[in-house]
Amino acid sequence: MWNDFTQQFWSSTIDGLTNGAIYGLVAMGYTLVYGVLRLINFAHSEVFMIGTFAALGALTLFGIDSPQSGLALVGVLLLMTLVAMAASGGTAVLLERVAYRPLRKRGASRLAALISAIGASFFLQEVFAIWQGRDQLSIPRVMNKDVWFNIGSGQVRNDKVLVIVAAILMMLALDRFVNTTRLGRGIRATAQDPDTAVLMGVNIDRVVLSTFLIGGILAGLAAALYGVFFELTQYNVGFLLGIKAFTAAVLGGIGNIRGALIGGLVLGLIENYGASIFGTQWLDVVAFSVLVLVLMFRPTGILGENLQRARV
Amino acid sequence: MSTLTGLRRRFPDFMGITGSWWDRTPWFGRWTVYLLLIIGAFLLPSETIGSFMTPESDWASVLFYPIGIYVLLAIGLNVVVGQAGLLDLGYVAFFAIGAYALAVFATKRGWSFWEIVPLGIIIAAAAGAILGAPTLRLRGDYLAIVTLGFGEIIRITANNLNYTGGPRGISPIPHPPSQPDVEVGGIKILRYGVLDARPYYYLLLVAIILVIIIVKRLERSRVGRSWSAIREDEDAAELMGVPTFKFKIVSFVMGASIGGLAGVIFAAQTTSITPVNFPFILSALILCAVVLGGSGNLLGVILGAFLIAWLPERFRGFEEYRVMVFGAALVIMMIVRPEGLLPSRQRRAELAEGTGGMGSLGGEVGAVAGQRIEVDEELVSGHPPEVLAGRDEREAGA
Repeated sequence: MWNDFTQQFWSSTIDGLTNGAIYGLVAMGYTLVYGVLRLINFAHSEVFMIGTFAALGALTLFGIDSPQSGLALVGVLLLMTLVAMAASGGTAVLLERVAYRPLRKRGASRLAALISAIGASFFLQEVFAIWQGRDQLSIPRVMNKDVWFNIGSGQVRNDKVLVIVAAILMMLALDRFVNTTRLGRGIRATAQDPDTAVLMGVNIDRVVLSTFLIGGILAGLAAALYGVFFELTQYNVGFLLGIKAFTAAVLGGIGNIRGALIGGLVLGLIENYGASIFGTQWLDVVAFSVLVLVLMFRPTGILGENLQRARV
Repeated sequence: MSTLTGLRRRFPDFMGITGSWWDRTPWFGRWTVYLLLIIGAFLLPSETIGSFMTPESDWASVLFYPIGIYVLLAIGLNVVVGQAGLLDLGYVAFFAIGAYALAVFATKRGWSFWEIVPLGIIIAAAAGAILGAPTLRLRGDYLAIVTLGFGEIIRITANNLNYTGGPRGISPIPHPPSQPDVEVGGIKILRYGVLDARPYYYLLLVAIILVIIIVKRLERSRVGRSWSAIREDEDAAELMGVPTFKFKIVSFVMGASIGGLAGVIFAAQTTSITPVNFPFILSALILCAVVLGGSGNLLGVILGAFLIAWLPERFRGFEEYRVMVFGAALVIMMIVRPEGLLPSRQRRAELAEGTGGMGSLGGEVGAVAGQRIEVDEELVSGHPPEVLAGRDEREAGA
């Protein structure tokens, strides 16, 4: 057990950081929406799922089925990312309009909103299950996976570095956006005190819509990276990842953008270390146990709730 | 907005009408109806009804699983979701625990079915308490995710442990001991074999009736009143001296025991269980049953479970689209008729006020929407004051 852990320490670390970066990107979507609406956007996992299918669709459409290099690779990655972002962002906006806005306007209970989100999630999953089949689909390899160098047992590979770097850059960009732009100020104001924000002239509907859009775009990026790294997708690919991303958001402190990425990375590390100790079949159990333990002992997460000032 | 409200108004309020009629019915009238319902339930597995309900498969088997099991699970989940207002997304875990309790103790210890029934209930109840103790202090929507995680933990654990047979599960699980000589109306109701599903259906029916009686009694007791207080406004309930945490645990334990009972009975009939029998989607379908039927109202919940179990069996082409249709139905229901098909009247009033357990969504975002308290005219006019007063007296006497 402990032998496995020490032997696989570096490879677990690198895999954990890579998985964690993807969790973190999806977690930012949960955190933003939760910060503003105090609602777990249960259908966010399907926003991600649609992104992976869109990335696959873009590759099929342009007939790209072999690894590229140089400028062509950059072009292909950009294409995948943009298409996935557009699809995920569009889905998120549509979700807000169809599943949440009517409830919000009526002042419905949060339970009702959560149930509506669960319904929307099933609906989207099944649409893709029926349309694309229930089997795993493979996404063609677009970049050669070169090992740059080794740290102990761990291989530092170009696709893993890409995933981690992209996630960190995106987190920095989002953090800057929320902290410096006008819309970002609107988001923070709404998160702190919606009533006062309205009185100060913040257009709540626009804030909520852009929150969903931003979350969707981040999920789209995560989906494209997922496609590059794991090279597969399935109609229910978002389910487990969604729960883990939510765990990451809680772990980092829900409502906290930097916390979402840190939570994602920490969760990725913990579950991979756990898997190396107990065996890979326990990976998901480790992740869920982390969720339960965090909520028990530190429900405000590592960095604490931030975007909202811990409204009770 | 106005079109939506209009749409909601246009649905006739059956419960309002039948409900007040029911309140005026004397006790012997009620008992006659109960008796007729029970007799009806006993005659239900007949071939004539079956040829219409499920022409393609054995009606008695379908009546046992999925219909009967779904109904029992929905009644159990209704205690948690409908009465106490706690969203449990991992309810299937307790069902699995009950089923595995029977499988493990019957095959490895040689215990008989009737010994394992109470044991399975106790194990499931203990699991409910263990899960509830740390998580029930959380905010409502966190609870939903934690229970979801718990459901997955149980399934993955059953899948990984050798003791529970891993992915191959456990089989053969012995049937309950038979009494082949007992005959009622030409049916050997205590012969638990492989072919005839009717004895199992009757066993399940007795369980359902007992559970309904217990749940109904609880609903009208101090416990039930505390649950509705917690559901409506947890902070206010706490201030009024309701030990909310304790009663939330009680509701979790009640729900868990009913789920465990369903699991034990289910495993006794199917003879073989694998982790695949307990997917997340089952938790979700039962939740759909509760919400679509009308959470908080037993009749509605039973109707919801029946529809969700029966429709895919009757219309075979529908099976493929089942989850999609029910998913869309959930969204539409929450927009158009959040109280469900046959709503509980109390719950409906709460939903109209925009509260209901976890606080309101619009009240926090959009001051404009939050300030409006919708008064449902039908609801107010549907119940003359004297009816409500009479009901209160009866409840006080009970």
